[in-house]
Amino acid sequence: MLYEKPKFESQYENYIGGKWVPPVSGDYFEDASPVDGSVTTLIPKSGAKDIDAAIAAAEKAAGAWGKTSVAERSSILNKIADRIEANLQMIAPIETWGNGKGIRESLLADLPLVIDHFRYFASVIRSEAGDVSDLDANTVSMEVHEPLGVVGLIVPWNFPLLMATWKLAPALAAGNCVVLKPAEQTPTSILVVMKLIEDLLPPGVLNIVNGFGPEAGKPLASHPGIKKVAFTGETTTGRLIMQYASENLIPITLELGGKSPNIFFESVMQEDDNFLDKALEGFTMFALNQGEVCTCPSRALIQESIYEKFMERAIKRVEQIKVGNPLDTDTMMGAQASNDQYEKVKSYLKLGKEEGAEVLTGGDVATVDEHPDGYYIQPTVFKGNNKMRIFQEEIFGPVVSVTTFKDEAEAMEIANDTLYGLGSGVWSRDVHQVNTFSRGIEAGRVWVNCYHLYPANASFGGYKKSGFGRETHKMMLDNYRHTKNVLMSFDKNPMGFF
Amino acid sequence: MLSERVVITDKAKEIVDKLKEQHGDLMFHQSGGCCDGSSPMCFSVNDFILGSRDVLLGEIHGCSFYMSGDQFEYWKHTHLTIDVVPGRGMSFSLEIPLGVRFLTKSRLFTDEELKNLRPVEPARAD
Repeated sequence: MLYEKPKFESQYENYIGGKWVPPVSGDYFEDASPVDGSVTTLIPKSGAKDIDAAIAAAEKAAGAWGKTSVAERSSILNKIADRIEANLQMIAPIETWGNGKGIRESLLADLPLVIDHFRYFASVIRSEAGDVSDLDANTVSMEVHEPLGVVGLIVPWNFPLLMATWKLAPALAAGNCVVLKPAEQTPTSILVVMKLIEDLLPPGVLNIVNGFGPEAGKPLASHPGIKKVAFTGETTTGRLIMQYASENLIPITLELGGKSPNIFFESVMQEDDNFLDKALEGFTMFALNQGEVCTCPSRALIQESIYEKFMERAIKRVEQIKVGNPLDTDTMMGAQASNDQYEKVKSYLKLGKEEGAEVLTGGDVATVDEHPDGYYIQPTVFKGNNKMRIFQEEIFGPVVSVTTFKDEAEAMEIANDTLYGLGSGVWSRDVHQVNTFSRGIEAGRVWVNCYHLYPANASFGGYKKSGFGRETHKMMLDNYRHTKNVLMSFDKNPMGFF
Repeated sequence: MLSERVVITDKAKEIVDKLKEQHGDLMFHQSGGCCDGSSPMCFSVNDFILGSRDVLLGEIHGCSFYMSGDQFEYWKHTHLTIDVVPGRGMSFSLEIPLGVRFLTKSRLFTDEELKNLRPVEPARAD
């Protein structure tokens, strides 16, 4: 089924204090679609003054919002989820047009997860309890939670709505007011959803300021009114955000990507059954979202004894990937999100060949007849070794680098020979082997006999240079609030010290 | 003459000149990781605090070019060319509002270059 190109307003504004307001400068930038390179709409090119206004609006709302009952906040989050669910068919093509992903992913993955993550945080805050300790007959210690106040969320472009939700749902659930900056490549879907849900939130609780990193992101991350920053992106900006946070002495959480190993042990080929079919699909998962996933299984480690047979079938599977018009539900892989991303992926295809990696399939740009100016890349499989740069850097494209290992020791060494530690996959029919690797891999997520599942209540976050903080789990609530200890004495008598 | 580890294209030099007018002296730090990762970041020299484990790869058009030391271990066999393309990034790199993005293009060093490479220096003297 072919979805129609979605309709957009000719210009969007910032959302501050419950109102749609133009940027102070009056400047806008063009938002182009990666599907066909055409300009979709105009987006505010905001600066420090817009951030100041948003933070002031959030501070004004923070007192009352922080004191709402959990029942009320939970109800609002559920209503947001219901509203998005009721409009899923309208939002999905907007997400696809803005980001380039295949519409089947917007329909079946991104949006259902957005809805569910709002519902998850709506539910977990209802059943929470603080700790109470009876320290002695007359002394009680209570650990109570209080919101931080105003938090800054800087979200990426690969899953514009879902990544915003991962941060927004716990931040609001914990009772904070938010200033959110969407990525400048993909601002529109968030603004469309904000229009849908604006009647559900009190003014100032959620503020959206659009703009470029150096002009709007930096003033947000360094603002003394912000009590916490959450960022998903890359390492240099991660360091800058930590640096700004050090000036204000505030906490941050960072998710900075990875170079995730996907390990296939020989037992996967013991039988030609559904499980082998699942493992082959697991290999092909590098193409999900055009490879623009922080946990993209971009390094495949295949046991030597099955390499030839496994890869013969894996390549066939990859070659069945249908690259095409992202609005067509038959399309499996759409467009890279932006021109610079497209150019970067191309530069790595060239470097991989230069480094001596063998191209097993793909290796070039793809063309989609209907959209000759879109940013399409062929699903690409390289064979090489783990010291090559294509094995060490996040290409953020549909590119997997394959290497072999002899035994468990070598597999573990290669898997952990990376600066990052976000995702990983282990495929084996041997339960002992699975245990060795799920505990031995230095990464925040180990998928065992599966890949690319992101359910709520399974924590997500990095080891090593992939960052810190755990999203998609109730433990993230503690990253969005203070713990206050109330120590109560019921003893009438003085201590006797003075 | 030493073989340079990092060079810059004329097109990218023009952007550096424009940015210098606006922001003064500039530096580059090569990023890693997701989204905008693997892209070079251009900052005002006073904005980014260099660490004791960052390394200086060389100068491009009057700007020092740095990378974190552990990342350099995986990059050291490659020659880098800083180019510029139309595009967006979600980082804090200064050229983004101009509608362009610096891009690192890499190739392997030739045998000739490898004999006489510019030594890498610590980013800070301490």
